[in-house]
Amino acid sequence: MPGWPEKRVQIGARAKRVDAPAKVAGAAKYSSDVQPEAWLYGMILRSKWPRAKVTRINLEKASQAPGIKAALAVREGERTVRYYGEELAAVAGTSKQACQDALRLIEVDATPLPFVVREDEAREESSPRVWDNAPNLARFKVVEKGDVDKAFSECPTVVEGFYTTPVALHNPMETHGNTVAWTDEGVTAWSSTQAIFGVRDALAGNLKVPQNQVRVICEYMGGGFGSKLTAGAESGIAARLSKAAKAPVKLMLTRFDEALAVGNRPSTFQKIRLGASADGKLQALELENYGTPGIGSGGVTEGASGDVGVPAPFIYRVPNSRVKQASVAVNAGSSRPFRAPSHPPASFGMESILDELAVKLKMDPLELRLKNDPSEVRRKEYQLGAERFGWKENYKAPGSSPGPVKTGVGCAGSTWWGGGGKGTQVEAQVNPDGSVEVRCGTQDLGTGTRTVITLVAAEMLGLKPEQILVRIGDTRFPPSGGSGGSTTAPSVSPAVYDACTKALDELQKQTGVADARGENWAGACKKLGVNPLVVTGQFQPGLSGGGVGGVQFAEVEVDTNTGFVKVKKITCVQDCGLVVSKLTCESQANGGIIMGIGYALYEERIMDRRSGVVLNPNFETYKLPTLADMPEIDLVLFEMPERGVIGIGEPVTIPTAAAIANAVANALGVRVNSLPITPARVLAALGKDKLSTT
Amino acid sequence: MSKANAPDSASVSRRYFLKGFGATAAAVATARVEAVAQELEKANAEKIQGPEAVPITLQVNGHPLKLQVEPRVTLLEALRYHAGYTGAKEACDRAACGACTVLLDGVPIYACSKLAIEAQGHAITTVEGLAPSGKLSMVQQTFVDEDALMCGYCTPGFIMSVTALLNKNPHPTADQVKHACAGNLCRCGTYPRIMQAALKAAGVSVSSKTEVISYARLA
Repeated sequence: MPGWPEKRVQIGARAKRVDAPAKVAGAAKYSSDVQPEAWLYGMILRSKWPRAKVTRINLEKASQAPGIKAALAVREGERTVRYYGEELAAVAGTSKQACQDALRLIEVDATPLPFVVREDEAREESSPRVWDNAPNLARFKVVEKGDVDKAFSECPTVVEGFYTTPVALHNPMETHGNTVAWTDEGVTAWSSTQAIFGVRDALAGNLKVPQNQVRVICEYMGGGFGSKLTAGAESGIAARLSKAAKAPVKLMLTRFDEALAVGNRPSTFQKIRLGASADGKLQALELENYGTPGIGSGGVTEGASGDVGVPAPFIYRVPNSRVKQASVAVNAGSSRPFRAPSHPPASFGMESILDELAVKLKMDPLELRLKNDPSEVRRKEYQLGAERFGWKENYKAPGSSPGPVKTGVGCAGSTWWGGGGKGTQVEAQVNPDGSVEVRCGTQDLGTGTRTVITLVAAEMLGLKPEQILVRIGDTRFPPSGGSGGSTTAPSVSPAVYDACTKALDELQKQTGVADARGENWAGACKKLGVNPLVVTGQFQPGLSGGGVGGVQFAEVEVDTNTGFVKVKKITCVQDCGLVVSKLTCESQANGGIIMGIGYALYEERIMDRRSGVVLNPNFETYKLPTLADMPEIDLVLFEMPERGVIGIGEPVTIPTAAAIANAVANALGVRVNSLPITPARVLAALGKDKLSTT
Repeated sequence: MSKANAPDSASVSRRYFLKGFGATAAAVATARVEAVAQELEKANAEKIQGPEAVPITLQVNGHPLKLQVEPRVTLLEALRYHAGYTGAKEACDRAACGACTVLLDGVPIYACSKLAIEAQGHAITTVEGLAPSGKLSMVQQTFVDEDALMCGYCTPGFIMSVTALLNKNPHPTADQVKHACAGNLCRCGTYPRIMQAALKAAGVSVSSKTEVISYARLA
């Protein structure tokens, strides 16, 4: 059974991110930066109708426009478009301006059809159907346990609430897109992706090219957060344009496109009833939830994930529960996985109702959690976090904070599955001069994959990180899976371990040096002679894990005159197994918390019910947290090396919004039941939203 | 008045002229009516450029750069796609995120929202220009040391904003750093460490609040 070294030098060190120098110098070439010789711009014409029958697309004028080298319809023949922004046609040309001009020359004959973009309207039978052959509201899936009705009738304390979460947009800084060259030799795609092999296989399938003739490269990519796990329509379009134009085509989406067609986090509308015994033990739960994944789920569109269901009762155990969930289709772009899919909304719903229960029981909400949380790890984290945060001193009865600017505190817990595997293989090449190259067909989203691989290899070989060169992001390297579900570090680390172990064994066999690590390294490698040593390692179970717990505490300040919420402090205690790269692990945790602040206070895709368009498709209207919004962040990495390497990209963003919402409710004494907690919603909760007429 | 706001009179553009006019109009309106008329005439007499590509010369990182671009090409496109300076990134193309920030005569601007032809006659600095000999600048180095980046796509923009701040104000407060970076967005959430890096580059000692606590030790 393999195991990590007891004494570790590189693993867990505060080593610098290995690709940071290239990134700060502007030398790192992202997929959007790559410019093969004679490349052309690609651009997509999108539907301006939320729903329409498209009968004809005339490309004649566009294809003859100055500088245009290719023009194509995304699909042949009549078709129905189902959301504003669906791909219709595309052009490739010698400049951005040539393409912009040409798009205006494409003639589209279409008959607009009735549409619906709001969840509450879409679920009515009388609303226009998104799909002709199915009602918008899917059949509710029901999961029942115990005798719910009896349990409720016996509960002395029952609370009810209705909690809603918005459709949120991933908005990675680098938009979706590719630079693709399709020649007689095959297809090369520089793709901004979280899954190079996934894109390779999708392109090969769509273009009917053998997989060994498709190469996908992603050396650097500007964030994905789940929205870049599949090859979107734009990948195939870029390839087809390249073939038609006989030149490489760079097709990067615009920021506007990002709001329409490349995924989002589904909304939820959660009606929850919770019953407890007099001592606060949870006895009965009823949860009914619906939300929208856009036009549909599963295989309906490329890249859709679809399921809007939340895990319930999330991290708690309730002996009697009835959970009913369904998705409702609307005329909007499909959802995709978004950092810890379904968990932040689940956390918001359950942790909100739990605080309602605490209020009714007149119990400290932390005490109620310690009583009901089945995880020993999380209970320990709560105790540790509470001490650092000063929960005892800072927790006051809801609404008791004096003055117009009120302070409040809240907390919430989380879980995430994670874990490794994904058939990951790693190649290690030891050169006669002692330098080492480690190759793996994984990708670094900004999470620190390169750094993790470097540190594991340095540890195992007894070398310095500078002696290791890591090459990733190319389907010519041994395979690994897509970077989703916080699985990358736990997948690649054991494979690197295995490759390095095999390299040492082989080195001993070939050179006779018993232990080639550390100071023996150079001498042993010299004995290799001319040829470098190349070995392949596989994922090994037992070196990584999943199923983490984490807790967060939030302190907020709410201005009851303006409704403005300021997060003052977040204390995060996150269980993370064996920390490989401390610095990048901390950065991930900060990032998850900050994304959680956005989800709590600012982010929401807003659709116009009359025109069916997204009203806030860029950063001046879709608000992200900024440097000025940063609270003090107190971060504790709760280390359990015996559990192996665990990914923490997702768990850290799960409980933030719920903790903030609970803190706001604690400050105000009334609850804002919908995310994001905007000033308008705060004022409405306080009854200050009506203009005085007297 | 910085150089960016005071181009030499021979190449005065309508925008600069009108901007200057607006600032001083109240005080000297009547006295300058005639001068205004003359200036307007001069502005109108400027050669109309385009729509076809025109030759331009930019000063990028201390070197002249001769390009042939349509007048509607932005400085960002000219840098990235006509000259290979891909350090400045395109993320919104709308002056909303700051990923394209470059310095124009030392002042941070959004390269996506300035036309390349308008940037002629000014010293343009991109992130590539901060480390001409390969040695990272102080700000770049503190970004590396403090891990003030993740995916790195917004990073060049932040580095330019912080660089401009420190050039003007070598000892900024945290609030001044916030103000200087108010026009830059990061989606990975590197803000706390950007703050640390900026302060460290200004010589302030910073410490992270993070701790690793062993579960075993606690249990």
